[in-house]
Amino acid sequence: MASGKEIRTQIKSIQNTQKITRAMEMVAASKMRKAQDRMRASRPYAQKMVNVIAHLAQAHSEYKSTYMIEREVKRVGYIIISSDRGLCGGLNSNLFRTTVADMMAWDEKNIEIDMCTIGSKASGFFKRLKGNLRANTSHLGDAPRLDELLGAIKVMLDAYEAGEIDRLYIATNIFVNTMTQQPRVVQLLPISAPEKDKEIAHHWDYIYEPESRTVLDALLMRYIESLVYQGVVENIACEQAARMVAMKSASDNAGDLIDDLNLSYNKARQAAITQELSEIVAGAAAV
Amino acid sequence: MGMTLHVDIVSAEQEIFSGTAEMVFAPAIMGEVGIAPRHTQMLTPLKAGEVRVRTKGSEEQTFYVSGGMLEVQPHVVTILADTAMRAKDIDEAAAIKAKEHAEHALAGKKTEMDYARATAELAEAIAQLRTLERIRKKKK
Repeated sequence: MASGKEIRTQIKSIQNTQKITRAMEMVAASKMRKAQDRMRASRPYAQKMVNVIAHLAQAHSEYKSTYMIEREVKRVGYIIISSDRGLCGGLNSNLFRTTVADMMAWDEKNIEIDMCTIGSKASGFFKRLKGNLRANTSHLGDAPRLDELLGAIKVMLDAYEAGEIDRLYIATNIFVNTMTQQPRVVQLLPISAPEKDKEIAHHWDYIYEPESRTVLDALLMRYIESLVYQGVVENIACEQAARMVAMKSASDNAGDLIDDLNLSYNKARQAAITQELSEIVAGAAAV
Repeated sequence: MGMTLHVDIVSAEQEIFSGTAEMVFAPAIMGEVGIAPRHTQMLTPLKAGEVRVRTKGSEEQTFYVSGGMLEVQPHVVTILADTAMRAKDIDEAAAIKAKEHAEHALAGKKTEMDYARATAELAEAIAQLRTLERIRKKKK
């Protein structure tokens, strides 16, 4: 049995770890609340954007944007959104597993894949796979700004416009609730037309200024960007939630360990006292 | 009863304004436009400038946008404001930077995707998690 002092040091070190995990849990909880607010704040834009796109799908425009035309698939692109830091349970590995499974389906059809990673965990993982990484951005912090993402998105949109990729997917975590985050791969391009608004069924079209082509392209580009931005913001909320849960269970585990160690410490202490006593008694009897 | 418009001004990062108005003025790319109720459907980009919303009682609220899109339906005006400064060369520079990042990360290695390795690594991570979970359950 380990001596009392050894066990004491072990308990001390676990207590220190527990302090850290508990602090991280609380930090994650407060950050999660903020991230959720940010997630909610970005929703109206995306919602309004969907409305406009839905109207657009009904308008009888003479110009069809390349973003809306289905092409034969020869090469696909993925935008993968991960966290920058670890210690958030299985959040990133679950996402990567879903993504890789999705990619394998393309690989079986001999279709090549281009990737764009957001977050250093994704770039680290997919770099080791030696995939064709086209763009990468990371260290966006807790409050990412849209303009920090634009570069990476533009690389993929340019590739799509140039016909280098024929489909674009986004892989990110969906925030279900604090306990559950769901990894999901969603198609971004070509844009599938949203449900039609039944109120305006008659034949009409917008006035486009200056011309439909520029207006539509600018609009659809912003639509994609807003979707990616939303994915990033949502992923941050997921990251904080996952970290909170992971750190909570770590703190709980540390507590269990400390209890066990305390028990064995007390046993060791009692054993030592008993031994000492019996030695004294034996000594006294010998005299 | 005067006619009104419903106006929504939103940016990707937050909702800026939502409410009814009698008239809206916006800096469209071809020149400033004033939108009154029952304006025909219109879609146009905006340049940087002021959006003025005249609410009931001819009060005016002013918002600055650095660009964006304006959608007009007869009784609804939606302004999708940009949060970032947008210009072709700025976008281009950002794109190049993101590409460099990727090249830097790859350091010249471009071969076949190694799916077997990916699955193995992931399986390992998942197994680790599962083990932790089991240890946790056993403790209880």
